[in-house]
Amino acid sequence: MTDYRKLIESHRVIICCGTGGVGKTTTSAATAVAAAQAGKRAVVVTIDPAKRLADALGIAALDNTPRLIDGPWSGSLSAVMLDTKSTFDEVVRRHAHDEAQAERIIGNRFYRNVSGTLSGTQDYMAVEKLNELHDSGHYDLVVVDTPPTRDALAFLEAPKMLSRLLDNPIYRIVTAPGRGPFKVINTAAQQVLRQLARVVGATVVDEAVAFFQAFEGMEEGFRDRANATIELLGDERTAFVLVASPRADTIDEARYFLRRLHCADLNASAVVVNRMLPQLSTTPKRATELAVSLAGSAAGGAAQALADLTATSAGDDLRIAELQNAAPDALTARVPMLHDDVHDIDSLAKIARLLTD
Amino acid sequence: MDPGHFFASSRVLVVAGKGGVGKTVTAATIAAAASRCGLSVLLVEVAGRSAAAPMFGARPQGYEESVLVHEAERNGIRHGEIRGRSITPDDALVEWLSSHGFNRLMKRMAKSGILEVVATATPGIKDLLVLGRIRALESEGVTDLIIVDAPAAGHALGFLRSPAGVRDAARNGTIHRQAVDVLEFIGDPKRLQLMLVTIAEETPINELIETSYAVEDEVGVKLAPVVINGVLPKCDGLDRSVARAKASRDERSDLAQAAAFRASRAALQDEQLDRLGAELPLPQIRMSQIFGTEIGPDEINVLADEFLAGIEAL
Repeated sequence: MTDYRKLIESHRVIICCGTGGVGKTTTSAATAVAAAQAGKRAVVVTIDPAKRLADALGIAALDNTPRLIDGPWSGSLSAVMLDTKSTFDEVVRRHAHDEAQAERIIGNRFYRNVSGTLSGTQDYMAVEKLNELHDSGHYDLVVVDTPPTRDALAFLEAPKMLSRLLDNPIYRIVTAPGRGPFKVINTAAQQVLRQLARVVGATVVDEAVAFFQAFEGMEEGFRDRANATIELLGDERTAFVLVASPRADTIDEARYFLRRLHCADLNASAVVVNRMLPQLSTTPKRATELAVSLAGSAAGGAAQALADLTATSAGDDLRIAELQNAAPDALTARVPMLHDDVHDIDSLAKIARLLTD
Repeated sequence: MDPGHFFASSRVLVVAGKGGVGKTVTAATIAAAASRCGLSVLLVEVAGRSAAAPMFGARPQGYEESVLVHEAERNGIRHGEIRGRSITPDDALVEWLSSHGFNRLMKRMAKSGILEVVATATPGIKDLLVLGRIRALESEGVTDLIIVDAPAAGHALGFLRSPAGVRDAARNGTIHRQAVDVLEFIGDPKRLQLMLVTIAEETPINELIETSYAVEDEVGVKLAPVVINGVLPKCDGLDRSVARAKASRDERSDLAQAAAFRASRAALQDEQLDRLGAELPLPQIRMSQIFGTEIGPDEINVLADEFLAGIEAL
């Protein structure tokens, strides 16, 4: 059994991370396909997939429910496109004491900001979805694509997002002194809120206060859930797969991500390097000589192409070696540059084969 | 078009594109090209991690401005100074709040907690304030041209939408006025234009087309020509036989493979470029793929030549 196959066999959760533009979504989907081929019940959570990939997976609609995909496998494959807003609504409903409290929160504009646009929300909901699918017992393996993000650690910090907001001093001052609907806000707090209002406007502040007040009593539930999720991320049957391309800037980003992962006491189990150029045995130096000696001959164009190609791929090898040094325990899977974007299940199955063979 | 004329058409150029398309290389190339036209340039990075400085052989830049390339005369032509700095959203927010009445009382409160609530209460406020800071730099007239290395494309749209979002969310308060000022700034093509960058591949081109229309329809920012990065230089005779090439058998096999690979990549690229031309009526500037080496001052110079040639051909 190959290493990547073993990785799929021995884990319940695989999280694909890395910078944008390196084929992270495709790698996630192909990993789930490989699991289905190995007889597993696999589900992949994708985030903003390219249109053709979404079409291939039959999840063009953003409805937050895993769709079963037919294909040549002994297991099963489902896919879901993450809908951040409705996932957040579900989370609120689950934690609310009653329908009225849930509606109070969901109707609040500050909440809509939190659930719709706050950076980190997408990461937060991706891990929520992951946790939910994992807990459902319907799947042997949950594969998650992570949102492209400016901060490599957003995903790891995400479960704490809401409980951190609820630990906020503003929350404490608007809920602390009195209990019940007509809370008395102490004078110091009022001064702070007045200042805030001068800057961002009174409506915005009123809504923020209403939001925090509506959350009362739900903090504990959110905190427990966050802790459970963090535990799941650190579980030995959860694997992080770092997706990269051999380009210098993405390798730098990938190494940075490995360091951050390491700081959080987590490790990447695999590094997938996409977009690999053909590996040829001619050295760059020799290819340059050929480009000179064959210039003007019938093979002149081919020699130039060979010189360009080997110059680039030699640099790629060096950079991938650096990446391997940064993650000595992780296996490396290389996937060649493809001629086409993924547009059907067959091409996903092909990538699954490249990953696992 | 005359390059001098091109660079004089707008005081700020925001360079944006999907991750992995070489946005920072493009921003650095434009800076170098403008410098050659004698302009002083300020290169602003907002994505957090500094990546442009090494392309000029300089140390990574910080929040404070630093000189990346000194003003100089080369071959009788004056080259303008290139300076660099970064503006992070968090810093922009702290800076703005502290200059707008957040006194000691605020500082006594856990500062980060307040910031988080302010940022949540007013989505887009951080992006707005980064744009506000750029606007201030533009108004001060400290430099001839400001080039902004913007967040990745999806984020770039959010970045440029932020002023309208904040204007509508915060109907009163100081931030509302800031949003209105910034909207006026980004909507004025003489002050700011957006330059989108892509590579000649399917998904980045799709995203570029979507972003272009969204920017014009929803944001009202003027689009500069699009930049296509990493274009394979023309390589003739790839279809000719290598059977008689003076090389070993293994080498001939490699030659044939390299030629076939290059030919197929070039065909895919041309197909995508044709599609882009058909679906997006914007002028294009093409820059070649750099083979092998990391991008340093020499490579930036080569690309700047191409960029200037591309401008002249417009």
